[in-house]
Amino acid sequence: MKGQVLLPSVTKAPTGILGFDQISGGGIPRGCTTLVLGGPGCGKTVFALQSVVNGARNANEAGMFVAFEESSRQIIANAATFGWDLPALKRRKLFFLDAQLSPETVKAGEFDLVGMLALLEAKAVQSNAKRIVFDGIDVLLGLLDDPVAERREIYRIRDWLSRTGLTGIITQKIDGMEVGLRHTFLQFMVDCVVVLRHQVVDGSAFRNLRIKKYRGSGFAGDEFPISLTTEGLQLTNRGPAELQHKVTNERISTGLARLDKMLHGGFHRGSNVLISGAPGTAKSTLAGLFAAAACERGERTLYVSFDEGAAQIVRDLRSVAIRLDVHLKSGLLKIYSTRTRGPNIEDQFGDLRKKVLAHQPRCLVIDPLSALSTKIAHLASADSTQQFLDFLRTEGVTVLNTSLMDGLETDEATATGISTIADTWIHLSYVVQDGERNRALTIVKSRGTSHSNQVRELTLSDDGVTLTDVFVAQGKVLMGVARWEWEQEEQAVAVRAEAASDRKRLRLQLAQAEAAARLQVVKMEMEARSAEIAVLAKATGSASLLLTTDRAVLRKMRHADNEERTATRTVATRKRIGRIAEEDE
Amino acid sequence: MVTARRAEPRLHLRLYIAGNAPNSLLAVANAKSLCEEHFAERHVLEIVDLLEQPLRALADAIIVTPTLLKLAPLPAYRVIGNLNDRKQVLLTLSTNDE
Repeated sequence: MKGQVLLPSVTKAPTGILGFDQISGGGIPRGCTTLVLGGPGCGKTVFALQSVVNGARNANEAGMFVAFEESSRQIIANAATFGWDLPALKRRKLFFLDAQLSPETVKAGEFDLVGMLALLEAKAVQSNAKRIVFDGIDVLLGLLDDPVAERREIYRIRDWLSRTGLTGIITQKIDGMEVGLRHTFLQFMVDCVVVLRHQVVDGSAFRNLRIKKYRGSGFAGDEFPISLTTEGLQLTNRGPAELQHKVTNERISTGLARLDKMLHGGFHRGSNVLISGAPGTAKSTLAGLFAAAACERGERTLYVSFDEGAAQIVRDLRSVAIRLDVHLKSGLLKIYSTRTRGPNIEDQFGDLRKKVLAHQPRCLVIDPLSALSTKIAHLASADSTQQFLDFLRTEGVTVLNTSLMDGLETDEATATGISTIADTWIHLSYVVQDGERNRALTIVKSRGTSHSNQVRELTLSDDGVTLTDVFVAQGKVLMGVARWEWEQEEQAVAVRAEAASDRKRLRLQLAQAEAAARLQVVKMEMEARSAEIAVLAKATGSASLLLTTDRAVLRKMRHADNEERTATRTVATRKRIGRIAEEDE
Repeated sequence: MVTARRAEPRLHLRLYIAGNAPNSLLAVANAKSLCEEHFAERHVLEIVDLLEQPLRALADAIIVTPTLLKLAPLPAYRVIGNLNDRKQVLLTLSTNDE
């Protein structure tokens, strides 16, 4: 940020307007003239009045307010919403001069402000005033109907200011973007020019403030969004350039045990959580879970809802077994329902800020933040969103925002800038498959956490919310009935496989038994053969003995007279056979 | 016209000026000559210099100088400016309730 270049010659009077003193490096130039330009309804009067009021309240500097346009009574009534306690200030530190000419006033020639300045000077001395506002002086000077005379009077005021050493603010109306040529000289004449602008983007109104000129001082020349809060006007600039948020490693539950596990314990305390998703993907349900969990821990919680009443939220969440009514009753939980198309976004955030300060929640739900998306689409507005979230971070509030978003790639995600602010981003989507829609939960990112990359199926029932594993089969994520079918199918396959292996085992056992049996048979055969062989060997061995014995028995039986012959013939026969065999060779 | 002349009410004027600022000087001169010409002996012209008595401006809610107040007879009128538009001033000063 610029604005740090301070020349020693320029001393500044803090306006106490949040943000303005930062961008101007300390406030408006002391003892000089500041011109506040703006169209109708920009907050010129508020800016001027607030500067004087803050001077009186914070710096104990008495002030004067010359009201050319509205009566001081009207101004005090209008400022009643700001909680400045003007009537009390008016008695002690603020002098209001009603400087409207009654309609019956007749003009008969040229006039000047010499008398009025004499009065103001006397008053300033009397009350030791340091600051003065000329609000809507063009109303009076317009009556002069003479540009030269008008200019003369403005110069008179400026000279008077520098002579008396008062810090002056002059407000002036402009039409559209630029001042009529007639009044441009004012901008050259004064020491500081502040331009307030009221613009409408896509049907939404924005107020901006820009320092156009600041003699002898650096300043931030950007246009800054402003908002009218109950404290008055404030700049929703980007806050201090240096971020100094406290961080903790404390985890708090998301309200869903499985999700806590996926995030290694839950959200970081004081972090910013974004839950995006298409309509009906249970964003609010997750928000409700988070809120209920926070209350159960005994933490004060604020639930901000757009376009949905508290009773409706409580009823809807009850249908998935989330009970908020008890916490509402105990006062731990506050539900604040507001309309999307209400006041402009700056004011809305101003309101929220107040609610936060009043309730002092540790956890906050904004459902949905994208309700403001038409407004957020505008850069200035995104600024104020950031500013608000920044404020919450400084307060250490854990914030859960929901955002209506069909896909992750939509411009919305980036346009809002929320995606960059979010520490944890959970996306909910529908997976349409086999004629049904199922909710899928993905953790897009979670800073400082090695979160799970897996998609989970989110199921809602009367008993509550559950996260289930999803199945990946043939490159497809299976959910709902498909997942159930897949689970069933898997079981069936397992049963079949088991049966098959049983069968195979039996077959093998049978084969083994068969083999064993065969082995037994072979063994027995072998034994039989060996026995046979043994028998055979025995038989051969006793054969000659038997022969002899037998012959002897035989001879005996034949009465042994031709025993030699028989024997000889046998030998002869054998010899003959032997000869025949030799002849054959 | 006004044959049986009722004693005409006295014209009471108060002129606020700021020292010798050109418009103030003009206004004083214009007021004096108008009164002499048209209201001769029947007028009171009070001149208040705000440079000398600035807080008096509060009493009559004087915003610009010069301001001429017609206090009596009614209706009261407030004329601002250096009174160079004499016709306008005369018209205003002559408007009286019956």
